Amino acid sequence: MCLGVPGEIREIEGNEAVVDFWGVERRVRLDIVGSAVDEGDYILNHVGYAIRKIPESEVEETMELFETMLDADPADMLTDDVMDELEANAGAPTPATSGGDEQDEEDLLDELGIDV
Amino acid sequence: MSERNPPIDGPTGSISGSEGDDELRFRDPEKADALADRLAEIGDELDDPPATVMHVCGSHEQSIAKFGLRSLLPDTVNLVMGPGCPVCVTNMPEVDEAVALAEKGVTIATYGDMLKVSGTAKSLDDVRSEGADVRVVYGTQDAVELAEDLDGEVVFFATGFETTAAPTAAVIRDDPPENFSVLSAHKYIPPAMEIVAEMPDTEIDGYLAAGNAAIITGHGIFDGLVDRHGLPVVVGGFEPLDILAGLVKLVEHVRDGDQTVENAYPRCVTRDGNRVAKEQLWDVFEAVGGEWRGIAHIPNANLQLRDEYAEYDASKRFDVDASYLREQSGSRLLHDCICGDIMAGAADPTDCRLFGEACTPADPVGACMVSSEGTCKIWHEYGGRPDL
Repeated sequence: MCLGVPGEIREIEGNEAVVDFWGVERRVRLDIVGSAVDEGDYILNHVGYAIRKIPESEVEETMELFETMLDADPADMLTDDVMDELEANAGAPTPATSGGDEQDEEDLLDELGIDV
Repeated sequence: MSERNPPIDGPTGSISGSEGDDELRFRDPEKADALADRLAEIGDELDDPPATVMHVCGSHEQSIAKFGLRSLLPDTVNLVMGPGCPVCVTNMPEVDEAVALAEKGVTIATYGDMLKVSGTAKSLDDVRSEGADVRVVYGTQDAVELAEDLDGEVVFFATGFETTAAPTAAVIRDDPPENFSVLSAHKYIPPAMEIVAEMPDTEIDGYLAAGNAAIITGHGIFDGLVDRHGLPVVVGGFEPLDILAGLVKLVEHVRDGDQTVENAYPRCVTRDGNRVAKEQLWDVFEAVGGEWRGIAHIPNANLQLRDEYAEYDASKRFDVDASYLREQSGSRLLHDCICGDIMAGAADPTDCRLFGEACTPADPVGACMVSSEGTCKIWHEYGGRPDL
């Protein structure tokens, strides 16, 4: 529960954003992000809330680190916790991800090169 | 399917066999080796080895266990996990309150980790199997949406440190539905670090503080701890190289007797943290004293809703009486559970006679075997029982 997951903002509607996590789109609240954010910015998502805007200069490294961390089998605890973070927004799936949570997980694992 | 790391063996974590290094999955193994060599050099320069350093983050422990980091540490550095699992330190009477509410017919929404944590007599999972309405949610917002969908009362049994408490605060400030309330088991970690720092069985020389929680609080929060307890604190990230780099800096400070806070995670952590998140957190919550399961009574470390938000405080809305649960007997095995010692850094999971035998993730006795941030569950997942 203590991990945050980075993603890219696609759209903003009021206090809510549609954020892309490795091809999977989720809704994320912006109430406590603490900085002005715009489409194209990267944020760190924790339990459905953006808790930090990731400075542009750090985006590439942050994304790489996460891909390294998650380079493990899907039953792994760290991977599992990250999945939970993404599920945090499953209550409001966007049309793009209406294929269901299982499909989303598979897409994400695929994107990360994790063999299911 | 990739292979698990070899078993970890005790706090200094010598890996059985010499093939261990091949199993490490570092992005940059050369850097990791260089950091490990540096750590061994500094370790040799310690006046009073070994240096015992404590981290307080379940994600740190996951990374340490997953990447077998203890196998890279010299004998002069002892790395232990402290009370870094908010679910694990939730006290039995707090769980009892949620259980009593569920038995009263209220819908309880909570994080999955909380389900199997035992109260005095039973867990939320137990009452769910008896027919109570207990739902797992992944975030506060899901609990609010559940309340919007249902006619009856929905109580969000909230757990987590400041990083998770800030989103709970945001939801309460955002005019949630009338049938929504929060039973707060949120915890605040800095005061607990101060208490554990002075525990005689623990003898900590320095703290590796959790980078993620410090995103919210900022590393300035640790200045007081350093002043009052004369320990160095290094804020570290959770990627394997971040942890090793943090340890190098921390053990250097221990060697030099520095009483200082260093930020080894500048990618994410600033001195002041996230001001907006902090304002919302402290607008909704106040820190009060309370018992942390198995550890101690800790002043100012439980987050309770302020009077201004009493209408959303489930403990006030429902006037819960959970005393009847304390008259029922829980598992006798709980008497043998040493979660408290483990969370205070005074024992390892392998010191517990229940570990991996009577207590497993499928059938946990203590809270440390329930949560994915609990030391016992993490050791069980990545190491199992050591080869003896």
